[in-house]
Amino acid sequence: MNAWRLYRRYAAASMRGQLQYRASIVMATFATLLQTGIEFIGVWALFDRFGQVAGWTLPEVALFYGMISVTWSLCDAIGRGFDAFDGMVRGGDFDRLLLRPRSTVLQLLGHEFTLRRAGRLLQGAVVLGYAITAAGIAWTVPRVLLLVAAIASGVCVFLGLLVLQATSAFWTTEALEVWNVFTYGGVTMSQYPLAIYRPWLRQLFTYVIPLACVCYLPGLAILDRIDPLGVPEVARWLAPAAGPVFLALCLCVWRIGVRHYQSTGS
Amino acid sequence: MTPYLAIVGARFRMLLQYRAAALAGLGTQVFFGLVLIMVYEAFYRSARVVPPIAFGQIVSYVWLGQALFAMLPWNTDREWRSMVRSGAIVYELCRPVDLYGFAFARELARRTAPTLLRAAPMVVVATLVLPAIGLPEWRLVAPQPAAAIGFAASFACTLLLACTIGVLVNITVIWTLSGAGITTLLTTAVTLFSGMLIPLPLFPDWAQRALAWSPFAGLVDLPFRIYTGHIAGADVALALARQLGWTLVLVAFGRWLLGRGLRRVVVQGG
Repeated sequence: MNAWRLYRRYAAASMRGQLQYRASIVMATFATLLQTGIEFIGVWALFDRFGQVAGWTLPEVALFYGMISVTWSLCDAIGRGFDAFDGMVRGGDFDRLLLRPRSTVLQLLGHEFTLRRAGRLLQGAVVLGYAITAAGIAWTVPRVLLLVAAIASGVCVFLGLLVLQATSAFWTTEALEVWNVFTYGGVTMSQYPLAIYRPWLRQLFTYVIPLACVCYLPGLAILDRIDPLGVPEVARWLAPAAGPVFLALCLCVWRIGVRHYQSTGS
Repeated sequence: MTPYLAIVGARFRMLLQYRAAALAGLGTQVFFGLVLIMVYEAFYRSARVVPPIAFGQIVSYVWLGQALFAMLPWNTDREWRSMVRSGAIVYELCRPVDLYGFAFARELARRTAPTLLRAAPMVVVATLVLPAIGLPEWRLVAPQPAAAIGFAASFACTLLLACTIGVLVNITVIWTLSGAGITTLLTTAVTLFSGMLIPLPLFPDWAQRALAWSPFAGLVDLPFRIYTGHIAGADVALALARQLGWTLVLVAFGRWLLGRGLRRVVVQGG
């Protein structure tokens, strides 16, 4: 059985399991929709008060907001195995994964396909839909492809961060809240155009963690805006390539971690 | 009074065991605070008309929010839930203390211990570390003496109000048992109407009157604006009156609701 088919079986089994509690899933989705929905009310209120931010309008900001929200919710749905990995190390459950003749990454990805994340996905999709219609974008086939590529690449970046978070558990056996700075913090930061932040923050999220490459830079190309920071046009189109590269690097670190792994023996 | 103090003391000692978790959260919160301040800074730079609250006041508002958010009534008490579900709550009825007072004391301890742990290092970072690393305009500014007194009074009222709301929501668990639905609604309402999402003066002008009269304004917005001097003079008294008024109303409502809930309690043998 090839890897993709095995993953589909994992995901299907996980979804069947969750759908045994259908009402609970619907309620949880609605709850997330409500809680993330009010977040955008905050953005709207600021634009209602100030009109624009550094020359950006609400529909333009909504494009960045929608892109990162959709991206994060997709990663959050598939990356649960890595997110909850510290518990697996503490309980010694990781030993079982090592005994199976399949890669640990595939097994952890198949650990759970979290349906509850649909609420956030829905919220992101609504905001993105608003941006797509209201931001006056001249839609062409390359732009549509760029949007899809940016989201797919963004899932790679966030997944890479979750892999690093899980890897750190090999040494600490305890999830470090510090990683939230890059995941949740990265989401919050990416909701607004990168140009409004101080240089140290921009550089951190461009060169160390390439979140700008999957949200801000392709977003500029889609909006066809002149970048206040002067990033050349070609870099905006090629930036999403950074996502898979980042994920590949993170997986190398993961392999080092697995080799280092010592079971807690419990 | 002694039994209530004992409850508060015991819960406090229990929660203080989680020092490491509180410290780990500090870095995350400093980061979130800095991002928020940069966003507000960008908006304030592009303002065409003078905003209803100054940028420096917003900065203090943000840091106070990062320092004190653990005090807000976000959720129901897990132990209380299991007590209701297992029926162990009837043991509490056997004790020679008032059940509402007991629930209130538990809630008071649950709110203050984690807040103290988070707030103290956060305030140090926001007032002393930020200027030292070259960000003096983003520091938490110390309040004027009058504002400090007003803030201390208002903050005490906030604590009472937060606990009252928390107890009220815990009481509803007697009916719903899970508490999941009410937690969602509570979190949403608290985030949106307290000032935690964005400072309330930045909401549209047509919403201001309704926002000021909601009980949630007393959780964040009123004490923080008193701290920054945005509310001053006689308005401080009005703000305190609003906080205390809501607290009294919600205590009365909570007591009535608890009485109704206890009428339904069925003790099963065995």
